[in-house]
Amino acid sequence: MGEAIRIETPLTQEKLRGLKAGDNVLLNGIIYTGRDAAHKKMVEALEQGQDLPFEMNDQIIYFVGPTPAKEGQVIGSAGPTTSGRMDAYSPKLIPKGLTGMIGKGLRSTEVIEAMKNHGAVYFGAIGGAGALIAKRIVSAEVIAYPELGPEAVRRLVVKDFPVMVIIDHEGNNLYESGKALYRRHKE
Amino acid sequence: MKEILVEEIIAAVERLCIEANYDLSADIMTGFHQALKVEPSTLGREVLERLIENAEIAHNERVPMCQDTGMAVLFVEIGQDLHVVGGGLTEAINEGVRRGYDKGYLRKSVVKDPFERVNTGDNTPAVIHYDIVPGDALHLVVAPKGFGSENMGGLKMCKPSEGLEGAMQFVVDTVDRAGGNPCPPIIVGVGVGGTMEKATYLAKKCLLREVGKHNPEERLAKIEEELLDRVNRLGIGPQGFGGITTALAVNLEVYPTHIAGMPVAVNIGCHATRHKEITLQGREN
Repeated sequence: MGEAIRIETPLTQEKLRGLKAGDNVLLNGIIYTGRDAAHKKMVEALEQGQDLPFEMNDQIIYFVGPTPAKEGQVIGSAGPTTSGRMDAYSPKLIPKGLTGMIGKGLRSTEVIEAMKNHGAVYFGAIGGAGALIAKRIVSAEVIAYPELGPEAVRRLVVKDFPVMVIIDHEGNNLYESGKALYRRHKE
Repeated sequence: MKEILVEEIIAAVERLCIEANYDLSADIMTGFHQALKVEPSTLGREVLERLIENAEIAHNERVPMCQDTGMAVLFVEIGQDLHVVGGGLTEAINEGVRRGYDKGYLRKSVVKDPFERVNTGDNTPAVIHYDIVPGDALHLVVAPKGFGSENMGGLKMCKPSEGLEGAMQFVVDTVDRAGGNPCPPIIVGVGVGGTMEKATYLAKKCLLREVGKHNPEERLAKIEEELLDRVNRLGIGPQGFGGITTALAVNLEVYPTHIAGMPVAVNIGCHATRHKEITLQGREN
């Protein structure tokens, strides 16, 4: 595994163009959370001409719904959820300036096309490693849709938050290249 | 007739919900360590190391290993000579789930209606499978199921002419389509036979089996071995980053079926396939 690349958010076009599928990245700074219900609300807001909960330009959304924080914790366990369920919404947020998504699992052709057209990166965090990942979150604050509970939009400050570039802005895809490398037919 | 108080059942379910989410079972941990020795992919090994570290943090700090603390699935065996006193058994189990998910700081992930999608706020109701058995004991298995993996399962009502190869191909194709979504390395539960719902029930129940233990029937154990080999040739690897450790185990159960059919169900468990169990003995009244 290559040396980790440290990236400070916001994730500008200049920064994301230096990232390639398979790169090991440590994110630092502000990122936002959102999953199924929050995405639905954000896209509905867009369609009705309303403001989004945060300015989308050069920002990163982490697909996560954490467990409740215990006393003394900033946030509960906070690993990624399956990104495919956001495929219906991401192509509408990317043209609004969203440059990064963090999740796990496959993405649709429509999402990848939007990423290539507008310049965006899809990062993978380790699914199921929620206890480990929570330790890299320095602060968490609900900024929209509190009624959604674990699905509310949160502003997180992260320090050396470990992710992998799965799909880069050119559409190179670690899920395809990694699988091809180890796929073996029966002798 | 022996008796058991609902309070005892509530307390047991509460504890099992929390322990299942905090403590990765020893067989899966052993599976990680074995995979680490043979996995050629550097990224794959890195993922396995982080999963081991994650499980240790969850255990030591008493926090859930994964934020998806699941929908509570229970397998309950109740002895036919046991009398539940003080309330209903189903209500007691749901109360145990309610308390466990509250006290354990577990995520409430259940919506009341699949269309309206309003959270019930306490992770109830559970999905409960009952079996009536001889004796006067109550056996409870709590198996919280996350939906990253649950969503990737499948069912095929195969034609008998498709035979064993057709059934196996469906299993392999289902895992292939799932890719990194169900958080590999996975446990693959396969139920074949019975009716549509019997096959899916068997596939889920298979996930409770200890990793490394095969079906006691040798011909079925051989099929499990071949399926594990074929699944691990797909190249998906830990987290889908590429590698040979896509599954830690393939567990198969079969049941008699109809002359016209061969239902094949696949239920995928993530690397945090969780289940804790207890046997409660009835007392003389």
